[in-house]
Amino acid sequence: MKLTIDIAQDKDVVAARQAGRIRALKLGFSLGDATLIATAISELARNIVSYTPGGTIAIADLNSKGRTGLQIVAQDRGPGIRDLELALRDGFSSSGGLGLGLPGVRRLMDDFEIESVAGQGTTIRLMKWLPTRVSGDHGT
Amino acid sequence: MGVPILKQGPFLIATIQAALADAELEGLRADLVQNVVRFRSLGVVVDVTAMDVMDSYSSKILIEISRMIRLRGTETVIVGIQPEVAFAMVQLGSTLADIPTALDLEEGLAYLHQRFGGLDHAIN
Repeated sequence: MKLTIDIAQDKDVVAARQAGRIRALKLGFSLGDATLIATAISELARNIVSYTPGGTIAIADLNSKGRTGLQIVAQDRGPGIRDLELALRDGFSSSGGLGLGLPGVRRLMDDFEIESVAGQGTTIRLMKWLPTRVSGDHGT
Repeated sequence: MGVPILKQGPFLIATIQAALADAELEGLRADLVQNVVRFRSLGVVVDVTAMDVMDSYSSKILIEISRMIRLRGTETVIVGIQPEVAFAMVQLGSTLADIPTALDLEEGLAYLHQRFGGLDHAIN
């Protein structure tokens, strides 16, 4: 299942994060994890609205090696991030070196990938996996 | 549609609905400050119980509201932050600085009463 939402204005931020939250809950994520996912979507969508002419948020189910997860891809047509290292540098604040909040977003998810081309735009891929169930028989 | 603001004696209560867009939060910021001035309020409770997601921007606006209102000598209490939301905020690194918080509306008002109770407040 895949859903793509156009992000152009602030009401789209709400639409995108709600869609992500609903999908996460449907897949079986806990309320806590669904909230983390929705928060990450909100941050990325807001960056798109604030700093770029527009973009999309794509929400897709993941299936890999028997694990289920959710993938979020935020893509924009903005100026791109020239200094990725700076953007991802972190103290422990929501604004990284560039005020995009990317270190915080990375902490919310399991996997984080970013690609940016100056003058063309940025693509950020986030993934979160459902915890694998541990059988009660084996005990820990 | 703006955020409803109720007056309870010397205090104002703003109850934020879920799915609040940026423009509405910014509208709340302006409305609250105006009403604090108009009613000479001593305290404001902002109830975020219905907010299922609070990102860095909403935190920023709430901090601004608190600071603007404080310049009028008025205290803001944020109530009703849901546990999952609190967890996400901590992970994100976007907490509410030094704004007082309370569990719910009742505790928020109790906090404000404790701070300002015993003061004879005349509302003209």
